[in-house]
Amino acid sequence: MILEALFLTLRLAILVSVILMAIGLPLGYWLSSSRWRGKFLVEAIVSLPIVLPPTVLGFYVLVAIGPLSPVGRWYHSMTGGSLAFTFRGLVLGSVIYSLPFAVQPIAAGFASVDRKLIDASATLGASRWRTFWRIVFPLGFPGVLTGFVLSFAHTLGEFGVVLMIGGNIPGATQTVSILIYDQVQSLNYALANRIALVLLLLCFALLTLLYGLRRRSKWVLWGWQ
Amino acid sequence: MSVAEIPLAARELMVQVQKRLSGFGKGDTSLQLDVQFKITAGFNILFGASGAGKTTVLDCIAGLQEPDSGRIVVGDTVFFDSEKGTELAARSRNIGYLFQTLALFPHMTVRQNIEYGLSSLGPGERDGRTNEIAESFAISGLFDRRPSHISGGERQRVALARALVTRPRALLLDEPLTALDALTKTRILDDLRRWNDRHAVPILYVTHQREEVYALGNRVLVLEAGKVIADGTPHEVLSRPQFESVAQLAGFENIVECSVVASHSEQGTMTCRIAGTEVSLEVPLSRVDTARPVRVGIRAGDILVATSLPQGLSARNVIAGSVVSLRRQDVTVIAEIDCGTKFVVHLTPGACDSLRLKVGTKLWLVVKTYSCHILQ
Repeated sequence: MILEALFLTLRLAILVSVILMAIGLPLGYWLSSSRWRGKFLVEAIVSLPIVLPPTVLGFYVLVAIGPLSPVGRWYHSMTGGSLAFTFRGLVLGSVIYSLPFAVQPIAAGFASVDRKLIDASATLGASRWRTFWRIVFPLGFPGVLTGFVLSFAHTLGEFGVVLMIGGNIPGATQTVSILIYDQVQSLNYALANRIALVLLLLCFALLTLLYGLRRRSKWVLWGWQ
Repeated sequence: MSVAEIPLAARELMVQVQKRLSGFGKGDTSLQLDVQFKITAGFNILFGASGAGKTTVLDCIAGLQEPDSGRIVVGDTVFFDSEKGTELAARSRNIGYLFQTLALFPHMTVRQNIEYGLSSLGPGERDGRTNEIAESFAISGLFDRRPSHISGGERQRVALARALVTRPRALLLDEPLTALDALTKTRILDDLRRWNDRHAVPILYVTHQREEVYALGNRVLVLEAGKVIADGTPHEVLSRPQFESVAQLAGFENIVECSVVASHSEQGTMTCRIAGTEVSLEVPLSRVDTARPVRVGIRAGDILVATSLPQGLSARNVIAGSVVSLRRQDVTVIAEIDCGTKFVVHLTPGACDSLRLKVGTKLWLVVKTYSCHILQ
């Protein structure tokens, strides 16, 4: 039971982090370089999940993907199933929930790259694509790494959104944090304690790794410094 | 194609740019950049104080900033034309741009930096060109180092090599050598000159240091508050009285035309006579054509004033004259002294009072040999 929930949680966290990288890299680059006037609106929307109660976010996502909504109907016509109370629905909700934790560090990392280096790359004939992968990405990589680890860790520990969208279905939507809550509700404190400890250690190990890498960055990641 | 085969017109850079500059100056004083000039192969200096709009001109040529209106053409390629709506992307312009900060890629080695602009070439040609340029700029030994691990002068060379290895159609240099000592600077400029003897592209060299104007200039364009206020050889520009701001920028309130009457190579000096007078000046020896007139620049603050003939001086030039006018500006008294030719002298109000200077006072000007700067 513990292992099942643990693997489900890890699978969710990895999947969500990878999807968030695919969204966060272009979005973060755009946020860091755009001079569009309406940019603050996008920034506000991206940051919304930080301040919004997870239950509110989860509720809206649940309504949005429910069988009565356009998204839900479209999904049903494509797959014959529903997103609500499924693992896929959980992935969708988690991506939205953890979006700022990926995008903000990535945008900050890219914004810290000296503008003149990007100009120099352009005058040397490089396309925007090449400039991104050769200059902006490697120099902004600390931000990308932070974004990845934070979105992973944040997804590991989420509770409210998962409960609203996924419910508590073992093997499908029961993550570690839901399992702990479930055990406490049924007064099974010993088991809850064991699972909580696993989650605590996992998160601690992850953050230790992140900050350790940053400290050793002179050799590991950023050899030019 | 060798240089001789390229028609001259193909090496011309034509700039006509209007752009409102914001963020310069204080308050709401936004500056209107409005320049028009055409330069040919060789060194062309864009000279002006900071905030005059020099970097903006370069950025517009390189395609990093967009003019409000105008036209930019290199050879037969239109980079920008606001009337026809033409705008070539920066990456397609093939302009060498040496930034003030150099903008070397810190995470790449010297070799990777130089090769960056050659990605469209095959590996053979890429290596060939990289090695060739590295050799002519004496940086082959640094290939595997990173920019943070080489000296300032070496960084300048690497940045220059990176800009030149793509064989640009024009070269923009934004105060590239400001931070270097004179010797390093001269060597790099010699290498650049040699390179341009072979490639003959228009070079636009931005500086606010007058020494560089004299050292480099075939031609100097003086930019002030967004406008080109003077254009010509350094001597033409600096000696024309209507450009008072030019003389101010150049720092020489006194520019006199002289003929060389004797050279004392063992003492390292020359004797010059100021044209139209019997006044002679001892100036530092310099390699000029002594048969032709030379211009000597003297800063107003470098001239001493004595009300009796001074004795036992190390300064070699003591010139008799009389006060024509005295004018106070802030904490400086600006005195005009007639010695056959007029000199402008800056004094402190205290010095002026204790010497009891007034119009008509007879006095002697004292000028050190090394305060006389040969401009030609």
